[in-house]
Amino acid sequence: MDTNNHHDEHNDGHIAEAHHPSYGVNILVWIGLLSLTAVTVAVAGINLGSLALTVALIIATVKSLFVVNFFMHVKFDNKVVKIFIGVCMLIFVIVLILTFFDLTFRF
Amino acid sequence: MSNNVNTAVEEVQEIHMHRDDFGSKMGMWLFLFTEVLLFGGLFILYAAYRYIYPEAFVVASGELDVFMGGINTVILLTSSLTVVLGIVALQKGNKKLCLSFLWITVFCGIVFLVNKYFEWGAKFHHGIYPKGPALQDMSEGEVMYFGLYYVMTGLHGLHIIVGLAFIGFVMWQIKRNILTADNFQRLENAGLYWHLVDIIWIFLFPLFYLIH
Repeated sequence: MDTNNHHDEHNDGHIAEAHHPSYGVNILVWIGLLSLTAVTVAVAGINLGSLALTVALIIATVKSLFVVNFFMHVKFDNKVVKIFIGVCMLIFVIVLILTFFDLTFRF
Repeated sequence: MSNNVNTAVEEVQEIHMHRDDFGSKMGMWLFLFTEVLLFGGLFILYAAYRYIYPEAFVVASGELDVFMGGINTVILLTSSLTVVLGIVALQKGNKKLCLSFLWITVFCGIVFLVNKYFEWGAKFHHGIYPKGPALQDMSEGEVMYFGLYYVMTGLHGLHIIVGLAFIGFVMWQIKRNILTADNFQRLENAGLYWHLVDIIWIFLFPLFYLIH
């Protein structure tokens, strides 16, 4: 394995200090998350019909992206973490789609 | 001879000093993926039953208190913020501030659980529990909704308890100076776990409380 490479890249494995820590950005993200929560509650009050679920899921996904990128520091993280997350989500979506193939053709 | 001993001692020290933060982080992420697939399975189950019983899910969700769910969302988001702020504080070498932030997280987690206790209690009071009087009068779809509600919020609540224990353990290590400004990956890992639990709630809230 290319251990040397890893050592160069990640400062002997101690990569957590790679980005500059700051309070401000995180507080801004938190305000954004609270606003999106208010939006999702408000939108639920409007009768959007079949669109309601889609809108709720889009807002929840945007909120999750904020949490993953900033609170979980993935934005500043190694590419490997991002690829892992992508693969994991892909597996989830494939199983979800396959389940619905079964559901829609069975009933 | 003494040279050899010295190198041996250095080697031993090196072994003791060796830390692999990157490996530790990867391990945590791999564990989180198993969590995603665990909850993912339940979300897929939810999607399938909501597809089969769309009206029943709307009716059943009327039993839930949107205000209570909203408050719990705000509480969890805030608890996630204070974990991150705790990490920043520790990175800047401010141990006391870090512990204060983490105490806020623990407090928020406990308040979340207390709210859940009252929510579940109110539902039990209305006869919504397995073999409960209200549940027996409900349609199949509504029974499925409450089954999923109890399993998913219950499993989530269990994760809150585990997350609190994890954060408590990390706080103890920070207090003992085992975790410091340049050795905080374990705090980061506790944070990752806590944020994942937060994300799961971000999806549970609209899917169970906000159906109209």
